[in-house]
Amino acid sequence: MRALLLGRWLRAGPGPPRVPPRPESRHRGNGGNGGHGPLRQKVSVEVLDHLEHLALVDFRDSEGVERLHKAIQFADQLHEVNTDGVELMDSVLEDRCLYLREDDVTEGNCTKELLENAREKVEEYFVAPPGNIPLPKLEERETFLQGS
Amino acid sequence: AALNDGLRSQVSAALKEGRVAPTELCQRCLALIKSTKFLNAYITVAEETAMKQAEESEERYKRGQPLGILDGIPVAVKDNFNTAGIETTCASNMLKGYISPYNATVVQKLLDQGAVLLGKTNLDEFAMGSGSTDGVFGPVRNPWSYSKQYKEKSVPKSDSEESDWVITGGSSGGSAAAVSSFTCFAALGSDTGGSTRNPAAHCGVVGLKPTYGLISRHGLIPLVNSMDVPGILTRCVDDAAVLLGSLAGHDPKDSTTIQDDFEPFELPNLTDVSKLSIGIPKEYHAPGLSSEILALWSKAADLFKNAGAKVVEVSLPHTRYSIVCYHVLCTAEVASNMARFDGLEYGHRSDMKDSTESMYAATRREGFNDVVRGRILSGNYFLLKQNYEKYFVKAQKVRRLIANDFVKVFRSGVDILLTPTTLSDAAPYTEFIQEDNRTRSTQDDILTQAANMAGLPAINVPTALSERGLPVGLQFIGRSFQEKQLLTVAKWFEKQVQFPMIQLEEVKRHDSGVFQHQKSASFS
Repeated sequence: MRALLLGRWLRAGPGPPRVPPRPESRHRGNGGNGGHGPLRQKVSVEVLDHLEHLALVDFRDSEGVERLHKAIQFADQLHEVNTDGVELMDSVLEDRCLYLREDDVTEGNCTKELLENAREKVEEYFVAPPGNIPLPKLEERETFLQGS
Repeated sequence: AALNDGLRSQVSAALKEGRVAPTELCQRCLALIKSTKFLNAYITVAEETAMKQAEESEERYKRGQPLGILDGIPVAVKDNFNTAGIETTCASNMLKGYISPYNATVVQKLLDQGAVLLGKTNLDEFAMGSGSTDGVFGPVRNPWSYSKQYKEKSVPKSDSEESDWVITGGSSGGSAAAVSSFTCFAALGSDTGGSTRNPAAHCGVVGLKPTYGLISRHGLIPLVNSMDVPGILTRCVDDAAVLLGSLAGHDPKDSTTIQDDFEPFELPNLTDVSKLSIGIPKEYHAPGLSSEILALWSKAADLFKNAGAKVVEVSLPHTRYSIVCYHVLCTAEVASNMARFDGLEYGHRSDMKDSTESMYAATRREGFNDVVRGRILSGNYFLLKQNYEKYFVKAQKVRRLIANDFVKVFRSGVDILLTPTTLSDAAPYTEFIQEDNRTRSTQDDILTQAANMAGLPAINVPTALSERGLPVGLQFIGRSFQEKQLLTVAKWFEKQVQFPMIQLEEVKRHDSGVFQHQKSASFS
């Protein structure tokens, strides 16, 4: 094996390899096309529309939808793992008590600073367009999903 | 001279003894930032405030009352940390023009110790990515692309060298490039899946991911609340220890910081490693690991063995699910964290006025790039009622299995794990962008991600140059909150390998005396 650049420590004679000479055998590979679960059925337009509503973000084009399909396929690998009887973990600090501060006011009075970054404001209010108006339905919206 | 030999010049001492003035140091760094602009490492350079801070530092030194080791030391901060009065963009259209009204705790701590904040560094948009190529301000170029070491090894292409440059890795690529090109002595990054260690490996600098809960996240724009940590990038391990000392500790503003007292420490010069037990996790020979890095990893293991340490192969059986688990948990948390960006109180706001929902949708449509939107949508999918148990809860259970793997190994007597940091050296930009962000992230994060899953401290130590003349690093993973042990071992290793200094060709050397200080490995 061609010697790597410099470093006396690197030129020391070879011993038995201490690191695994071969990659994990059962590994299906990650990223790219390997490492995905079995090809599943596509996500329905209703769900895609629902997601756009929930996230208030659009798929924009078929690439966006493909991205989701690939993400789901990738995540399906999780089902290979046996998690019977395993408790879920939501924080690595679960063994410690959550810190609670005393209910004392230590800072505030920064209305001016907080309003600086808002584009639309009136006196000390943030101004929003009218609420309680649902997003137009799929048929009426300008969205990529319309064509599906 | 190699970066880490005993003769490294000590900038802090130089400042104290008056051999160099903070304003001079600051000016040199600012000039260097200008002349290395092509690296695109900085989004914002805070020239005026930096000079003011340097002047104040100079006053303190004149009075003989410096605030500490960091007084007058130029530093840079990744652009996802809030910095009062300075634009904080997260490399996204969503926050272009957003001037933070407050300092992140870690930024405040640096300023309180007199550090000079030079500017905000470039990153992948909202820290999502492993190349620092997906931000709105363009990709960051690896300084090593312009090094003598790389140029000597590369075959000149027919078109200009413009197409030859390699990526920094990510997402804290700007910070890594800034430290690597001597424009600052230390930089803050963030680490959620390897975002500090990955670019550290590609740029030949030390990248430390501290234990989750040790350093405050207040003011760090969150990606994954249960995994994010501020990361530290420096040119040598001693400097990382100094930074850690000034940043760690409980913060009442961040309830996820532990309440234990934290004592800053100086690293001992370890001479006897015979009591150490080094674990080599076999699953970290991931498919795609370059033969070069495999050989390096092997040599490193030999190094420890020959010095008397116990080197054992161990197993972390769920390693390969770590990246899948991360993918689900990350997108789920991102879906939640990105919900705050609606244009109402800060950030970009669309002109759409029909209704709040349509305004939010338009704002987010305009403000986020494909990567961010993709993750939000995937996250929302995994959190749907019909999918919650199958994906989100399942991933949380797998997370416990991954964390338990580490617990078992450390309980068996192993002190530190030794693994590669990346699968290969830095890829050329043109090659890197052939695959999409998510694919690249899953490939590149595979060796670094598990430490975030388990909340463990980990560090990249630059080890050697590859056949292409680019840096390659190795990673050490330690037990929770045992940073002192981790850094002590890392420092010993750093001393053994004597990683070479980058020989930057494009940068003119002005005053060699002051430049010497900048090029020094450490400020401590």
